Amino acid sequence: MRAVVTVIGKDTVGILTKVSGICTEYNANVIEVTQSVLQDMFAMIMLVDISKLNKDFTELVTRMTKLGEELGLQIHTMHEEIFESMHRI
Amino acid sequence: MINVHDILETIRMIQDECLDIRTITMGISLLDCIDSDIDKACTKVYDKITRCAQNLVKVGEDIEKEFGIPIINKRLSVTPIAIVSAACNASPVKFALTMEKAAKACGVNLIGGYSALVQKGFSAGDERLIESIPEALASTTCVCSSVNVGSTKTGINLDACRMMGRIVKKTAELTVDNQCFGAAKLVVFCNAVEDNPFMAGAFHGVGEPDCIINVGVSGPGVVRSALRKYPDADITQISDVIKKTSYKITRVGQLVGVTASERLGVPFGIVDLSLAPTPAVGDSVAYILEEIGLEKCGACGTTATLALLNDAVKKGGVMACSRIGGLSGAFIPVSEDAGMIAAAECGALAIEKLEAMTAVCSVGLDMICIPGDTTEDVISGIIADEAAIGMVNSKTTAVRVIPAIGMKEGDVLDWGGLFGRGPVMKVNTYSPSKFISRGGQIPAPLHSLKN
Repeated sequence: MRAVVTVIGKDTVGILTKVSGICTEYNANVIEVTQSVLQDMFAMIMLVDISKLNKDFTELVTRMTKLGEELGLQIHTMHEEIFESMHRI
Repeated sequence: MINVHDILETIRMIQDECLDIRTITMGISLLDCIDSDIDKACTKVYDKITRCAQNLVKVGEDIEKEFGIPIINKRLSVTPIAIVSAACNASPVKFALTMEKAAKACGVNLIGGYSALVQKGFSAGDERLIESIPEALASTTCVCSSVNVGSTKTGINLDACRMMGRIVKKTAELTVDNQCFGAAKLVVFCNAVEDNPFMAGAFHGVGEPDCIINVGVSGPGVVRSALRKYPDADITQISDVIKKTSYKITRVGQLVGVTASERLGVPFGIVDLSLAPTPAVGDSVAYILEEIGLEKCGACGTTATLALLNDAVKKGGVMACSRIGGLSGAFIPVSEDAGMIAAAECGALAIEKLEAMTAVCSVGLDMICIPGDTTEDVISGIIADEAAIGMVNSKTTAVRVIPAIGMKEGDVLDWGGLFGRGPVMKVNTYSPSKFISRGGQIPAPLHSLKN
């Protein structure tokens, strides 16, 4: 089982560290990271393995959303299946 | 890894374009709760509903969080209560109160099935149930009611049309202190479907399994945004864009339905391929029609654009899910659609145009406020007209009009939330009384010699 963490917002120092820190806390293994900075706007997409989480996935979602609020960023943590369903036949 | 563009597109659809799952509806059969003692029957009904649906809301909320997609409503539909209550020689209002209590205990938003199917005549419990609808809807908040008065195979029960004109008006009168809200929970059908997840018309048909999960999707805002990128495309391309968008929307419905069904241990029924608007500005079917090229919804050309939209939605959605059903298509409720409200308020959209639109879209005259002094016979006439469109065209049609008691054209009824607000619209007041009072059955139509 994998999830996609998407971070969108103004670029600041340490975003990647903070997001991956939470992944470590929940035992979510980071598989792949794509990021780009376009005119101050930061967009990072992280694919994480959630099959060995030490807590419920919904708790991870809440924690990430909260981090987003603290940093003034949008952080979406969604099950990979929704993207696969929508975009792959 | 999935394409970055695709990920961002999905997030934008949910975040900015109001993509959501409108409802997960659990259908529950109450046939095994029938008892000649109404109190015993009600106890069985309460126990069965709360047993089957105890985890529905929790599972819905978990899925919402995990997939990041809002699921606006969790609902229940049950076997038409006219059937369940037929053996009890008592007013079925107790069943409505039991449904309300069970729905509240499960935490769902609405429960449908206070219904009767009388397309060919009334059986033991039918008349009693229909007569009790005003009281049942006035004494509950989340119970929804529907009556099927006609079908393509049976024709139209004109006695039932006459009765329903009176019942709709009385329901509005009994809830006048609450913006006549009772009538917003009552719908009169022709060709009602047994697996509809949408309210107010959801009920669990007798041909359905014991318990099932049906899903209704929504996404007018997504379709409109997609069309906005093609300002100069010809109409065939427009149809293709709608199909592709509908495919994506419906895939999410399929995913949510399958996941919910697995977690609840209940078979998955259907996805209703619907474009269901909400009063939010970015979530309107009328604005899609305007995006295609109408100055205002209701203008000449509205029926043609709606026909194209409705057809493309189905074509795109069909391949996206394993089983489709319900009311599949574009909905055109007035009070629940910001663009429809605006069009009705400025005079661009009239009831007669809406009636024409119902011939090519999903369902029918929906959430339309009419003047409080509209006579029962005129309401019956509206019901008969709409049923005739459904009967002849082999499609589901419905009437959900709300007589605004004490109000006149131009006034507004406001319920807030998903039900929205509706301007009172002009109704042709010439009387159909002689026709309606004839009673009897309009025979089923011929299905050859099509002209």
